[in-house]
Amino acid sequence: MNTSSEPNRDADWPEALHAVLRAADLRHASWVPDAGHARLIELLLADPAVTTNVLTSEEEGVAIATGAWLGGMRSVLLMQSSGVGNCINMLSLPVQTCTPFLTLVTMRGEWGEFNPWQVPMGKAAQKALEAIGLTVLRAETGRDLVETAAQAATMAWEADGQIALLIGQRLIGRKEW
Amino acid sequence: MDRRAAVAKLLDARGDALVVTGLGSPTYDVHAHYDSEANYYLWGAMGGAALVGLGLAQAQPERRVMVITGDGEMLMALGALATIAVARPANLDILVLDNQRYGETGMQASHTGLGLDLAACAAAAGFAAARSLTRLDEVDALCAELRRPAQGPRLFVLKIEASTPPRSLPPRDAVFIKNRFRAHLGLGPN
Repeated sequence: MNTSSEPNRDADWPEALHAVLRAADLRHASWVPDAGHARLIELLLADPAVTTNVLTSEEEGVAIATGAWLGGMRSVLLMQSSGVGNCINMLSLPVQTCTPFLTLVTMRGEWGEFNPWQVPMGKAAQKALEAIGLTVLRAETGRDLVETAAQAATMAWEADGQIALLIGQRLIGRKEW
Repeated sequence: MDRRAAVAKLLDARGDALVVTGLGSPTYDVHAHYDSEANYYLWGAMGGAALVGLGLAQAQPERRVMVITGDGEMLMALGALATIAVARPANLDILVLDNQRYGETGMQASHTGLGLDLAACAAAAGFAAARSLTRLDEVDALCAELRRPAQGPRLFVLKIEASTPPRSLPPRDAVFIKNRFRAHLGLGPN
Protein backbone atom coordinates (compact mmCIF):
# COMPACT_ATOMS: atom_id res chain seq x y z
CA MET A 1 0.00 0.00 0.00
CA ASN A 2 1.29 3.45 -0.77
CA THR A 3 0.00 6.95 -0.45
CA SER A 4 0.13 9.44 -3.24
CA SER A 5 2.34 12.47 -2.68
CA GLU A 6 2.21 14.13 -6.08
CA PRO A 7 -0.95 15.66 -7.50
CA ASN A 8 -2.16 13.93 -10.65
CA ARG A 9 -2.57 16.13 -13.69
CA ASP A 10 -5.80 14.30 -14.47
CA ALA A 11 -7.01 13.93 -10.91
CA ASP A 12 -10.43 12.56 -11.82
CA TRP A 13 -9.16 9.50 -13.69
CA PRO A 14 -10.57 6.97 -11.21
CA GLU A 15 -14.09 8.26 -11.87
CA ALA A 16 -13.53 8.16 -15.63
CA LEU A 17 -11.98 4.70 -15.37
CA HIS A 18 -14.99 3.42 -13.43
CA ALA A 19 -17.28 4.95 -16.05
CA VAL A 20 -15.58 3.35 -19.06
CA LEU A 21 -15.46 -0.07 -17.39
CA ARG A 22 -19.14 0.13 -16.46
CA ALA A 23 -19.97 1.30 -20.00
CA ALA A 24 -18.30 -1.93 -21.16
CA ASP A 25 -20.68 -3.83 -18.84
CA LEU A 26 -18.28 -4.55 -16.00
CA ARG A 27 -20.33 -6.36 -13.34
CA HIS A 28 -17.77 -7.97 -11.09
CA ALA A 29 -14.42 -7.09 -9.51
CA SER A 30 -11.78 -8.51 -7.17
CA TRP A 31 -8.71 -6.99 -5.60
CA VAL A 32 -5.81 -7.04 -3.25
CA PRO A 33 -5.89 -3.36 -2.28
CA ASP A 34 -3.35 -0.82 -3.41
CA ALA A 35 -3.37 2.89 -2.68
CA GLY A 36 -3.23 3.53 -6.41
CA HIS A 37 -6.55 1.70 -6.77
CA ALA A 38 -8.11 3.14 -3.60
CA ARG A 39 -10.57 5.53 -5.26
CA LEU A 40 -11.59 3.01 -7.92
CA ILE A 41 -12.21 0.43 -5.17
CA GLU A 42 -14.44 2.95 -3.35
CA LEU A 43 -16.41 3.54 -6.54
CA LEU A 44 -16.83 -0.20 -7.17
CA LEU A 45 -17.92 -0.84 -3.58
CA ALA A 46 -20.51 1.92 -3.90
CA ASP A 47 -21.84 0.55 -7.22
CA PRO A 48 -24.81 -1.75 -6.55
CA ALA A 49 -24.48 -3.31 -10.01
CA VAL A 50 -20.98 -4.64 -9.32
CA THR A 51 -20.22 -7.74 -7.22
CA THR A 52 -16.91 -7.35 -5.40
CA ASN A 53 -14.40 -9.59 -3.63
CA VAL A 54 -11.42 -8.81 -1.44
CA LEU A 55 -8.70 -11.43 -1.90
CA THR A 56 -6.01 -12.83 0.35
CA SER A 57 -3.70 -13.25 -2.65
CA GLU A 58 -3.91 -12.06 -6.23
CA GLU A 59 -4.10 -15.42 -7.99
CA GLU A 60 -7.47 -16.00 -6.34
CA GLY A 61 -8.86 -13.23 -8.49
CA VAL A 62 -7.71 -14.92 -11.70
CA ALA A 63 -9.77 -18.02 -10.90
CA ILE A 64 -12.73 -15.95 -9.67
CA ALA A 65 -12.78 -13.86 -12.86
CA THR A 66 -12.70 -17.03 -14.95
CA GLY A 67 -15.67 -18.40 -13.03
CA ALA A 68 -17.55 -15.13 -13.37
CA TRP A 69 -17.09 -15.21 -17.14
CA LEU A 70 -18.31 -18.81 -17.23
CA GLY A 71 -21.46 -17.54 -15.56
CA GLY A 72 -21.84 -14.54 -17.84
CA MET A 73 -20.29 -11.69 -15.86
CA ARG A 74 -17.43 -9.44 -16.92
CA SER A 75 -14.88 -9.06 -14.14
CA VAL A 76 -11.73 -7.05 -13.47
CA LEU A 77 -8.83 -7.87 -11.13
CA LEU A 78 -7.04 -5.00 -9.38
CA MET A 79 -3.56 -5.43 -7.90
CA GLN A 80 -0.16 -3.85 -7.63
CA SER A 81 2.89 -5.12 -9.46
CA SER A 82 4.11 -7.14 -6.48
CA GLY A 83 1.03 -9.32 -6.94
CA VAL A 84 1.84 -10.25 -10.53
CA GLY A 85 4.28 -12.93 -9.49
CA ASN A 86 1.62 -14.57 -7.34
CA CYS A 87 -0.61 -15.03 -10.38
CA ILE A 88 1.56 -16.73 -12.95
CA ASN A 89 0.44 -20.38 -12.83
CA MET A 90 -3.20 -19.43 -12.30
CA LEU A 91 -3.03 -17.26 -15.43
CA SER A 92 -2.71 -20.52 -17.38
CA LEU A 93 -6.44 -20.85 -16.70
CA PRO A 94 -7.69 -17.84 -18.73
CA VAL A 95 -4.87 -18.29 -21.25
CA GLN A 96 -5.55 -21.97 -22.00
CA THR A 97 -9.33 -21.56 -21.92
CA CYS A 98 -9.22 -18.35 -24.00
CA THR A 99 -11.36 -16.75 -21.33
CA PRO A 100 -11.64 -12.96 -21.50
CA PHE A 101 -9.53 -11.54 -18.68
CA LEU A 102 -8.66 -8.00 -17.64
CA THR A 103 -6.36 -6.90 -14.83
CA LEU A 104 -5.31 -3.37 -13.89
CA VAL A 105 -1.87 -3.34 -12.27
CA THR A 106 -0.49 -0.33 -10.42
CA MET A 107 3.27 -0.28 -10.71
CA ARG A 108 5.77 -0.10 -7.88
CA GLY A 109 9.51 -0.04 -8.03
CA GLU A 110 9.93 2.15 -11.07
CA TRP A 111 9.38 5.87 -10.26
CA GLY A 112 10.87 7.52 -7.22
CA GLU A 113 10.69 4.19 -5.41
CA PHE A 114 12.16 4.43 -1.94
CA ASN A 115 11.76 0.75 -1.04
CA PRO A 116 14.27 -1.43 -2.91
CA TRP A 117 12.29 -4.56 -2.08
CA GLN A 118 9.63 -3.39 -4.56
CA VAL A 119 12.07 -3.12 -7.44
CA PRO A 120 12.64 -6.77 -8.52
CA MET A 121 8.97 -7.64 -9.04
CA GLY A 122 8.31 -4.21 -10.52
CA LYS A 123 11.03 -4.85 -13.10
CA ALA A 124 9.81 -8.39 -13.78
CA ALA A 125 6.06 -7.71 -13.94
CA GLN A 126 5.69 -7.03 -17.66
CA LYS A 127 8.07 -9.81 -18.70
CA ALA A 128 6.34 -12.30 -16.41
CA LEU A 129 2.89 -11.41 -17.70
CA GLU A 130 4.04 -11.68 -21.31
CA ALA A 131 5.85 -14.94 -20.61
CA ILE A 132 2.61 -16.64 -19.48
CA GLY A 133 0.77 -15.27 -22.51
CA LEU A 134 -0.93 -12.03 -21.55
CA THR A 135 -1.04 -8.95 -23.72
CA VAL A 136 0.43 -6.03 -21.77
CA LEU A 137 -0.55 -2.40 -22.20
CA ARG A 138 0.77 0.60 -20.28
CA ALA A 139 -0.54 4.03 -19.38
CA GLU A 140 1.43 6.94 -17.94
CA THR A 141 -1.21 9.68 -17.66
CA GLY A 142 -4.76 9.78 -16.42
CA ARG A 143 -6.14 10.57 -19.86
CA ASP A 144 -4.07 7.81 -21.46
CA LEU A 145 -5.20 5.37 -18.78
CA VAL A 146 -8.89 5.98 -19.37
CA GLU A 147 -8.57 5.63 -23.15
CA THR A 148 -6.38 2.56 -22.87
CA ALA A 149 -8.70 0.94 -20.35
CA ALA A 150 -11.66 1.39 -22.69
CA GLN A 151 -9.94 -0.40 -25.54
CA ALA A 152 -8.40 -2.99 -23.19
CA ALA A 153 -11.94 -3.85 -22.08
CA THR A 154 -12.88 -4.32 -25.74
CA MET A 155 -9.81 -6.48 -26.39
CA ALA A 156 -10.59 -8.63 -23.36
CA TRP A 157 -14.35 -8.97 -23.37
CA GLU A 158 -15.12 -8.69 -27.09
CA ALA A 159 -11.99 -10.29 -28.56
CA ASP A 160 -11.33 -13.05 -26.00
CA GLY A 161 -8.12 -11.37 -24.88
CA GLN A 162 -6.14 -11.82 -21.70
CA ILE A 163 -5.05 -8.27 -21.01
CA ALA A 164 -2.95 -6.62 -18.30
CA LEU A 165 -2.97 -2.83 -18.20
CA LEU A 166 0.00 -1.51 -16.24
CA ILE A 167 -0.53 1.87 -14.58
CA GLY A 168 2.80 3.67 -14.36
CA GLN A 169 3.99 4.64 -10.90
CA ARG A 170 4.59 8.14 -12.25
CA LEU A 171 0.81 8.48 -12.54
CA ILE A 172 0.07 7.07 -9.09
CA GLY A 173 2.78 9.08 -7.39
CA ARG A 174 5.78 8.06 -5.35
CA LYS A 175 5.16 6.64 -1.91
CA GLU A 176 5.31 9.20 0.89
CA TRP A 177 7.61 8.11 3.72
CA MET B 1 -15.56 -44.68 1.70
CA ASP B 2 -15.22 -45.42 -2.00
CA ARG B 3 -14.65 -42.23 -3.96
CA ARG B 4 -16.60 -43.21 -7.05
CA ALA B 5 -19.60 -44.36 -5.00
CA ALA B 6 -19.57 -41.12 -3.02
CA VAL B 7 -19.34 -38.96 -6.15
CA ALA B 8 -22.13 -40.97 -7.78
CA LYS B 9 -24.43 -40.17 -4.86
CA LEU B 10 -23.54 -36.47 -5.02
CA LEU B 11 -24.14 -36.28 -8.76
CA ASP B 12 -27.36 -38.27 -8.67
CA ALA B 13 -28.71 -35.71 -6.19
CA ARG B 14 -27.31 -32.62 -7.91
CA GLY B 15 -30.56 -31.48 -9.49
CA ASP B 16 -29.71 -28.57 -11.76
CA ALA B 17 -26.52 -27.71 -9.88
CA LEU B 18 -23.50 -26.58 -11.85
CA VAL B 19 -20.39 -28.65 -11.09
CA VAL B 20 -16.76 -27.52 -11.11
CA THR B 21 -14.12 -30.22 -10.68
CA GLY B 22 -10.58 -29.92 -9.36
CA LEU B 23 -7.74 -31.30 -11.46
CA GLY B 24 -6.75 -34.94 -11.25
CA SER B 25 -8.90 -37.66 -9.73
CA PRO B 26 -11.97 -35.53 -8.87
CA THR B 27 -12.23 -34.56 -12.54
CA TYR B 28 -12.03 -38.26 -13.50
CA ASP B 29 -14.52 -39.27 -10.78
CA VAL B 30 -17.16 -36.83 -11.98
CA HIS B 31 -16.65 -37.72 -15.65
CA ALA B 32 -16.74 -41.45 -14.82
CA HIS B 33 -20.30 -41.15 -13.49
CA TYR B 34 -21.56 -39.22 -16.49
CA ASP B 35 -20.53 -36.36 -18.68
CA SER B 36 -22.65 -33.24 -18.63
CA GLU B 37 -22.71 -29.84 -20.26
CA ALA B 38 -23.19 -28.47 -16.74
CA ASN B 39 -19.78 -29.82 -15.68
CA TYR B 40 -16.74 -27.57 -15.85
CA TYR B 41 -13.66 -29.79 -15.67
CA LEU B 42 -10.33 -28.36 -14.62
CA TRP B 43 -7.18 -30.05 -15.93
CA GLY B 44 -4.82 -27.57 -14.29
CA ALA B 45 -4.87 -24.29 -12.36
CA MET B 46 -4.29 -26.12 -9.07
CA GLY B 47 -5.83 -24.15 -6.23
CA GLY B 48 -8.44 -22.59 -8.51
CA ALA B 49 -11.43 -24.91 -8.30
CA ALA B 50 -13.23 -23.39 -5.30
CA LEU B 51 -12.57 -19.89 -6.61
CA VAL B 52 -13.86 -20.66 -10.11
CA GLY B 53 -16.89 -21.89 -8.20
CA LEU B 54 -17.12 -18.60 -6.30
CA GLY B 55 -17.03 -16.46 -9.45
CA LEU B 56 -19.59 -18.74 -11.09
CA ALA B 57 -21.85 -18.69 -8.03
CA GLN B 58 -21.74 -14.89 -7.95
CA ALA B 59 -22.54 -14.64 -11.67
CA GLN B 60 -25.35 -17.23 -11.41
CA PRO B 61 -26.98 -16.50 -8.05
CA GLU B 62 -30.09 -18.52 -8.94
CA ARG B 63 -28.11 -21.71 -9.59
CA ARG B 64 -26.44 -23.90 -7.03
CA VAL B 65 -22.75 -24.51 -7.66
CA MET B 66 -20.95 -27.63 -6.44
CA VAL B 67 -17.17 -27.76 -6.44
CA ILE B 68 -15.82 -31.30 -6.25
CA THR B 69 -12.10 -31.31 -5.60
CA GLY B 70 -9.33 -33.06 -3.70
CA ASP B 71 -7.49 -32.36 -0.48
CA GLY B 72 -4.25 -31.36 -2.22
CA GLU B 73 -6.03 -28.96 -4.57
CA MET B 74 -7.93 -27.36 -1.69
CA LEU B 75 -4.83 -27.14 0.50
CA MET B 76 -3.09 -25.08 -2.18
CA ALA B 77 -5.83 -22.47 -1.71
CA LEU B 78 -6.37 -22.17 2.04
CA GLY B 79 -6.68 -18.41 1.46
CA ALA B 80 -9.65 -19.16 -0.75
CA LEU B 81 -11.53 -20.32 2.33
CA ALA B 82 -11.13 -16.81 3.75
CA THR B 83 -12.14 -15.13 0.50
CA ILE B 84 -15.18 -17.37 0.01
CA ALA B 85 -16.25 -17.02 3.65
CA VAL B 86 -16.33 -13.22 3.50
CA ALA B 87 -17.96 -13.22 0.04
CA ARG B 88 -20.61 -15.45 1.64
CA PRO B 89 -22.35 -16.92 -1.41
CA ALA B 90 -25.40 -18.92 -0.30
CA ASN B 91 -25.28 -21.07 -3.46
CA LEU B 92 -21.76 -22.52 -3.26
CA ASP B 93 -20.95 -25.93 -1.82
CA ILE B 94 -17.44 -27.35 -1.76
CA LEU B 95 -17.01 -31.11 -1.55
CA VAL B 96 -13.46 -32.19 -0.79
CA LEU B 97 -12.58 -35.79 -1.63
CA ASP B 98 -9.92 -36.33 1.00
CA ASN B 99 -7.68 -39.39 0.67
CA GLN B 100 -5.00 -37.58 2.69
CA ARG B 101 -2.58 -38.08 -0.19
CA TYR B 102 -1.35 -36.57 -3.43
CA GLY B 103 -2.81 -39.32 -5.59
CA GLU B 104 -1.55 -38.12 -8.96
CA THR B 105 2.08 -38.06 -7.94
CA GLY B 106 2.65 -41.26 -6.00
CA MET B 107 0.37 -41.12 -2.96
CA GLN B 108 2.62 -38.92 -0.87
CA ALA B 109 1.01 -37.76 2.38
CA SER B 110 -0.77 -34.41 2.27
CA HIS B 111 -1.34 -32.04 5.19
CA THR B 112 -4.69 -33.68 5.92
CA GLY B 113 -2.80 -36.95 6.31
CA LEU B 114 -0.49 -35.19 8.73
CA GLY B 115 -3.22 -33.84 10.97
CA LEU B 116 -4.75 -30.77 9.30
CA ASP B 117 -8.57 -30.58 9.47
CA LEU B 118 -9.94 -28.82 6.38
CA ALA B 119 -13.50 -28.68 7.73
CA ALA B 120 -12.21 -26.95 10.86
CA CYS B 121 -10.33 -24.48 8.67
CA ALA B 122 -13.52 -23.67 6.76
CA ALA B 123 -15.52 -23.34 9.98
CA ALA B 124 -12.91 -21.02 11.45
CA ALA B 125 -13.00 -18.91 8.29
CA GLY B 126 -16.75 -18.47 8.68
CA PHE B 127 -18.41 -21.03 6.41
CA ALA B 128 -22.09 -21.52 7.18
CA ALA B 129 -21.57 -25.27 7.51
CA ALA B 130 -18.47 -27.43 7.52
CA ARG B 131 -17.84 -30.98 8.65
CA SER B 132 -16.16 -34.24 7.74
CA LEU B 133 -17.88 -37.48 6.73
CA THR B 134 -16.24 -40.87 7.03
CA ARG B 135 -18.92 -43.36 5.89
CA LEU B 136 -20.70 -43.72 2.57
CA ASP B 137 -24.13 -43.90 4.20
CA GLU B 138 -23.55 -40.42 5.61
CA VAL B 139 -23.47 -39.08 2.06
CA ASP B 140 -27.20 -39.74 1.65
CA ALA B 141 -27.98 -37.34 4.50
CA LEU B 142 -25.49 -34.88 3.06
CA CYS B 143 -27.25 -34.97 -0.32
CA ALA B 144 -30.53 -34.10 1.40
CA GLU B 145 -28.81 -31.28 3.27
CA LEU B 146 -27.28 -29.92 0.06
CA ARG B 147 -30.72 -29.61 -1.49
CA ARG B 148 -31.89 -27.37 1.34
CA PRO B 149 -31.18 -23.61 1.22
CA ALA B 150 -27.95 -22.51 2.85
CA GLN B 151 -27.13 -19.41 4.86
CA GLY B 152 -23.70 -19.15 3.25
CA PRO B 153 -20.97 -21.27 1.70
CA ARG B 154 -20.67 -24.85 2.88
CA LEU B 155 -17.70 -27.21 2.83
CA PHE B 156 -17.82 -30.94 3.42
CA VAL B 157 -14.82 -33.23 3.61
CA LEU B 158 -15.46 -36.77 2.41
CA LYS B 159 -12.83 -39.06 3.86
CA ILE B 160 -12.23 -41.52 1.01
CA GLU B 161 -10.04 -44.58 0.63
CA ALA B 162 -6.74 -44.14 -1.16
CA SER B 163 -7.76 -46.01 -4.30
CA THR B 164 -6.95 -45.42 -7.95
CA PRO B 165 -9.98 -46.36 -10.02
CA PRO B 166 -9.60 -46.40 -13.82
CA ARG B 167 -9.16 -42.90 -15.20
CA SER B 168 -12.14 -41.49 -17.05
CA LEU B 169 -10.89 -38.58 -19.09
CA PRO B 170 -13.11 -35.69 -20.16
CA PRO B 171 -12.08 -33.60 -23.16
CA ARG B 172 -8.84 -31.70 -22.59
CA ASP B 173 -9.88 -28.97 -25.02
CA ALA B 174 -10.31 -26.08 -22.60
CA VAL B 175 -12.15 -23.85 -25.07
CA PHE B 176 -14.62 -26.60 -25.95
CA ILE B 177 -15.44 -27.23 -22.29
CA LYS B 178 -15.84 -23.50 -21.65
CA ASN B 179 -18.12 -22.89 -24.60
CA ARG B 180 -20.18 -26.02 -23.95
CA PHE B 181 -20.69 -24.93 -20.34
CA ARG B 182 -21.66 -21.37 -21.31
CA ALA B 183 -24.06 -22.67 -23.95
CA HIS B 184 -25.75 -24.74 -21.23
CA LEU B 185 -26.40 -21.44 -19.42
CA GLY B 186 -27.73 -19.84 -22.59
CA LEU B 187 -24.58 -17.78 -23.11
CA GLY B 188 -22.71 -17.41 -26.37
CA PRO B 189 -19.00 -18.14 -26.79
CA ASN B 190 -18.23 -14.46 -26.19
